[in-house]
Amino acid sequence: MRNGSLLMIQDLQTHFFTGEGVVRAVDGVTLSVRPGETLGLVGESGCGKTVTALSILRLVPDPPGRIVGGTICFDGRDLLRLPEEEMRSIRGCAISMIFQEPMTSLNPVFTVGEQVAEGIRHHQKVSRREAWDRAVEVLRRVKIPDPARRAYEYPHQLSGGLRQRVMIAMALALGPRLLIADEPTTALDVTIQAQIIELLMGLQEEMQMAVILITHDLGVIAETADRVVVMYAGRVVEEASAEQLFETPLHPYTQGLLESLPKLEVGKRHRRLTAIPGVIPNLLDLPTGCKFAPRCPKVIGDCWPTEPELKEVRPGHWARCILA
Amino acid sequence: MSERARRGTGRSVRGLFSGQWQWSPGIVLGSAILLFFGLMALLSTLLAPYDPTRIPEGLQGLSLLPPRGDHWFGTDLLGRDLLSRVLYGARISLLIGIVVELVVTPIGVIIGLFAGYFGGRIDSVLMRTTDAVMAFPALVLAIALTALLEQPGLLSVIIVLTAVRWTTVARLVRVQVLSLREAEHIAAIVALGAGKGRIIFRHLLPNCLAPILVAMTFGVASNILAEAGLGFLGLGIQPPMVSWGSLLAEGAVYLTAKPWLCVFPGLAITCTVLGFHVLGDGLRDVLDPRLRS
Amino acid sequence: MEPLLVVKDLKKYFPVKRGLWFGERADVRAVDGVSFAIGRGETLGLVGESGCGKSTTARLVLRLLEPTAGEVYFGKTPVFKANRKEMHQLRRKMQIVFQDPYSSLDPRMSVKDIVGEGLVIHRLARGQEKTERVAELLEMVGLGREHLGRYPHEFSGGQRQRIGIARALAVGPELLIADEPVSALDVSIQAQVINLFEDLQEQLGLTYLFIAHDLRVVKHISDRVAVMYLGQIVELAESDELYRNPLHPYTQALLSAIPVIDPKTKRQRIILEGDPPSPIQVPAGCRFHPRCPKRFDRCDTEAPVLREVAPRHWVSCHLY
Repeated sequence: MRNGSLLMIQDLQTHFFTGEGVVRAVDGVTLSVRPGETLGLVGESGCGKTVTALSILRLVPDPPGRIVGGTICFDGRDLLRLPEEEMRSIRGCAISMIFQEPMTSLNPVFTVGEQVAEGIRHHQKVSRREAWDRAVEVLRRVKIPDPARRAYEYPHQLSGGLRQRVMIAMALALGPRLLIADEPTTALDVTIQAQIIELLMGLQEEMQMAVILITHDLGVIAETADRVVVMYAGRVVEEASAEQLFETPLHPYTQGLLESLPKLEVGKRHRRLTAIPGVIPNLLDLPTGCKFAPRCPKVIGDCWPTEPELKEVRPGHWARCILA
Repeated sequence: MSERARRGTGRSVRGLFSGQWQWSPGIVLGSAILLFFGLMALLSTLLAPYDPTRIPEGLQGLSLLPPRGDHWFGTDLLGRDLLSRVLYGARISLLIGIVVELVVTPIGVIIGLFAGYFGGRIDSVLMRTTDAVMAFPALVLAIALTALLEQPGLLSVIIVLTAVRWTTVARLVRVQVLSLREAEHIAAIVALGAGKGRIIFRHLLPNCLAPILVAMTFGVASNILAEAGLGFLGLGIQPPMVSWGSLLAEGAVYLTAKPWLCVFPGLAITCTVLGFHVLGDGLRDVLDPRLRS
Repeated sequence: MEPLLVVKDLKKYFPVKRGLWFGERADVRAVDGVSFAIGRGETLGLVGESGCGKSTTARLVLRLLEPTAGEVYFGKTPVFKANRKEMHQLRRKMQIVFQDPYSSLDPRMSVKDIVGEGLVIHRLARGQEKTERVAELLEMVGLGREHLGRYPHEFSGGQRQRIGIARALAVGPELLIADEPVSALDVSIQAQVINLFEDLQEQLGLTYLFIAHDLRVVKHISDRVAVMYLGQIVELAESDELYRNPLHPYTQALLSAIPVIDPKTKRQRIILEGDPPSPIQVPAGCRFHPRCPKRFDRCDTEAPVLREVAPRHWVSCHLY
């Protein structure tokens, strides 16, 4: 779609083969990220955003999942065709990922210093001493107070916010070009959330890193993303710059999401929220045609039976809707 | 966290009875094995080619025969057909295994429920008692109890095994109750005004049924093995009753010279225990995949 | 007009033993002197981060926990002095909806039994009558008769929350406590459930104590909002007033931390230093002083008191 991209995903398809049928978790997703850019990936549960992220790093559990189609080009190479050893050298080094629940992503029986150092040693031939020093340096960079001492602590001794910082340290230790952050602040208190987001954005600028920020919180996206991709039922339904998306959302789902958020405004308390009716579709039983049609307030006859294409409605603003 | 991931796939015990049955390989295989042995036990009188307790005339020629055409499992010292004895033994062994479990489970469940729900003093008392019984070496307890009951036999075996095994069930149930007690759906019905009885018997107990059921299958297997052990020590059932344990005891002396005397009862025990374990695993996977870890 | 619920100086300490044998007994001061009142038909929002004590407060009000000190009055009745019979009747009048739609419903009971249990416990309906009443309740919360015989695992998170609400409404309460009822739901479903709460309040004349950590949701649905920090209320005001004119530095930081849906404005954010302290080691003086950007000497040693510093606007801070 675009040139000069650091990462380009074309028509990705990742399916899960379960006893109850095939779950098309990601069904034809195309998106790209430029160097140094923040791409926001937004959607609710079941939309496929996490599976997309796992597919990039080929961490999809197999069985029951499998990447069945598409290409993921990173730096000119198709990640899906690389041998596993090369993938391993990319993970944690060129592309890193941080997850939602820091407690379950950190190993409880190792100190945080060891965990960061181990990641460093895995990719670079350095002595244990040097790896440890670098680990402390990285912990300092993520603004953990008194890092030399805290490196000796175990995950359970740290608060949620600090643990998330450790995860970020592990991910950034080797200076990746792309960081994938999967709901990095959802499990945190709102004041800690603000700290972590500020930290991430600061580090991104410092390290000139591209970030894919996955979240369901449109507010976080508005404050941090350059471009936004909205996903629904395993496909992209809208893509635009952050400004375009929030000013003039084109897809009814995006519009619905924005309208259903309670706003912090004065005097508008008795305005009823405009909720999107219905429930998120069961991926085992998707309707034909537009996947959002059953819940869409603007649905018309032409929304069935063929699914609309993702069209560039305005320069840089794509939407998968015949009304856009 | 993905909604889908949290939904889980466990079925409830009630679900089992209301048609949500799922034939996992474990359940099929386990049930098949147990059906086989169950039928063997029930139809033993019909299937046995010889009377297992009758000592034949002409003893000399028929004693300690290895397996052959007219005696598939061979014969024992007194010329009795081993196949017939194994078949009859199935009756007693399975009977003991199941009866003990049926007695032990309600006792353990009541104790576990009360200890878990009430906590505090009641829990301490019940649990210290349980710990005391568990701390006693089972064998010593078995010997002591048998001596107390004066005569080893079917009844003494059942009593002894009951006395030893209730502790496992009690602890299992207590642990379940402790974690369930904090669940929000329990808080909700307390807020609705439910009394203690309703909470314990209508809410806590049914949610424990799944692990209890699984534990029962493993329990029966344990009982059968324990009976064999007791029989081996001479604390088990007495002749003319036959059990797999008593057969092992009789054949032990001849282990190297005439191995079939132990091999066949031993195989029967092994297969039955295996069957119960496989069934238990299968049940557990269907009822609550989370129990696996 | 007499308030429906009055909470006076409520305290709940959980003892925690430090050390193996003779450790000093420390206390987790989950709730440490909370007072407020809710008028009939009003919605009071209770907001705060994890560990602030809001969920514990909810459970104390319902007497799911016994307090260490303080009292709660429902109408004229002191809740903690009620005997068993009085308590049984009181339970009909105040109910709760929980946060986690996955653990707040008994997985082995049918929807009909779950929602109808209150009716059975209080002998309000049985058999066919119970079924009818449950069907009505289900329709009131946006579900249908066809759901009567189904089991919780067959429903989505939003639908389970509706079932939980129906269960609470079955006994006809006057006060409904909602403990983070939408936090675990997807965004598009949250709006549906919030709307349902508002509709029900209008239809049935309910009074709400609405607890959440998301100020946006709390402000939307509440008439007044109380902000909690480390077991105490630090600010209490009308919704609009709190947003327009937050006085306590913690409230200011909370508001500032909420991301704004407008990529063009670059706001100046107040980022708090450090982590929320633990309720075991409560800081001396003002509890917020270690993290407060506006602290001065007095804050380290002297604890402030909740005072009305503007019309219907209470703050607990030495700045005022």
